[in-house]
Amino acid sequence: MIRIANGQGFWGDWLEAPVRLVEQGPIDYLALDYLAEVTMSIVQKQKLADPALGYARDFPPLIGRIAKQIRERGIKVVANAGGVNPVACAKEVRRLAPDLKVAVVLGDDLYDRVGDLLERGHAMKNMDTGEPLASIRERILSANAYIGAFPVAEALATGADVVIAGRCTDTALALAPMIHAFGWREDQHDLLAAGTIAGHIIECGAQCTGGNCQVDWPSIPDMANIGYPIVEAEPDGTFVVTKHAGTGGRVHSDVVKEQLLYELGDPKSYITPDCVADFTSIRLEDVGPDRVRVSGIRGGGRPPMLKVSISYAWGYKAIGTLVYSWPQALEKARAADAIVRERLRALGLRFDEIYTEYFGVNACHGPAAVTVADPAEVQVRIGVRGADRKAVDRFTRELVPLVLNGPPTGTGFGDGRPPVREVVAYWPALLDRSEITTHVEVVE
Amino acid sequence: MKLSEIAHTRSGDKGDTVNIGVIAYRAEDYPVLVREVTAERVKAHFGELVKGNVVRYELPNLGALNFLLEEALGGGGTLSLRVDAQGKTFGAALLRMEIEA
Repeated sequence: MIRIANGQGFWGDWLEAPVRLVEQGPIDYLALDYLAEVTMSIVQKQKLADPALGYARDFPPLIGRIAKQIRERGIKVVANAGGVNPVACAKEVRRLAPDLKVAVVLGDDLYDRVGDLLERGHAMKNMDTGEPLASIRERILSANAYIGAFPVAEALATGADVVIAGRCTDTALALAPMIHAFGWREDQHDLLAAGTIAGHIIECGAQCTGGNCQVDWPSIPDMANIGYPIVEAEPDGTFVVTKHAGTGGRVHSDVVKEQLLYELGDPKSYITPDCVADFTSIRLEDVGPDRVRVSGIRGGGRPPMLKVSISYAWGYKAIGTLVYSWPQALEKARAADAIVRERLRALGLRFDEIYTEYFGVNACHGPAAVTVADPAEVQVRIGVRGADRKAVDRFTRELVPLVLNGPPTGTGFGDGRPPVREVVAYWPALLDRSEITTHVEVVE
Repeated sequence: MKLSEIAHTRSGDKGDTVNIGVIAYRAEDYPVLVREVTAERVKAHFGELVKGNVVRYELPNLGALNFLLEEALGGGGTLSLRVDAQGKTFGAALLRMEIEA
């Protein structure tokens, strides 16, 4: 049996979580997931500004903090912290933790190959809209293929203490240790599906140990000290989801079910580079306090195409807010919105979208919201998005004046006009996997 | 009665699509979910918030349904102008749906 923990569900997750996982009980592998869909574009911009950057900058200091313990106890760290510059990330880790052996997985980054791939007939159409990638060719900021668990397992086989990948799948971070420790092969689809589903359960950190859980949430103990998840994996593909003794939170089949369904598409066809997992085969069993046993998992062979994550410069947006108090707070907020829209029209400004929602009334749930009669206060939140930066910038000047020249009781403008933000959009596509060759490097 | 009496939910995003997992607290209530919580009713529940189709998948092994609500996040991801750009609260909104026991 091996214990695989997840100590980071995204870049920005709780900094203490991975440290506590190391300190508060036994683990063999520490998986850390840093990359969301748009993260690659952020790190690409950082690399363009400084060739020594372009990775998750929280990661090297964390390794510095836990280096002594992971070396003494033989804990292996597996992270997709490399972003678009895994080698630079590895060098910084080595600088802060010189006693650790570090390996990187390379080959996912397609940024310099996009032109060549397009010329050779790989259309990389947008999976949602069907548009060809050539239509945004000049605006591409990053392009990475999602790679699977086998290259990451290959990096573990070097004996590295820390394995750093770029855009590998979130689930690969948990599956790779199982492939490495148990010798699973590429044709063992059920086992790979089991490891993939284990990875799906823990990839969002505490979301499977009681975080963001609806089931009797006020009774979930000690959320301030919530334990992050641990999978106790067996060579036969069964596993137990648990957390360290004495930590807060709750692991129960109800909680695990919520996470199994999180960001799920067709449950019979959960596609990864390693296999296609069938979520309708999963069996859950509560086998003790904070222990859920998972078994029965079936899967199919790996797909011929790999998903590619491309980010591109779309345009600009800004979102501004004002608060109106009782009485008639909602009526005042609606009047303010109408005034802003009329003034934008009068200025001749055009936007791709103007979107208004009313905090405290219907911002989250829209037409499905609970009706509240004459609320104590309402925040009107107006957003615009467009290709023309000047138009978006002009919009940001239109909210604060309403405090003096609009409906009464307008307030909550303390931060002044809202910032104009660059919009980096996401372009999912597919590419023949024969185009992707990964390799592992040990960074000395 | 309200859906919240027999089920809990979790929702998230994939681009401009929201997914909502609806899970029966007790296995014996799963057939009620299958009968009452149809794709059509979910689409109607969210009204203008969901511009595209609603697709339903069944997971009898978990006593759960999975719904995909297409074109529901104002463009999704970084494009969205909504406060709940990731659809985190859609699952909670569905709990108010009235169903027959």
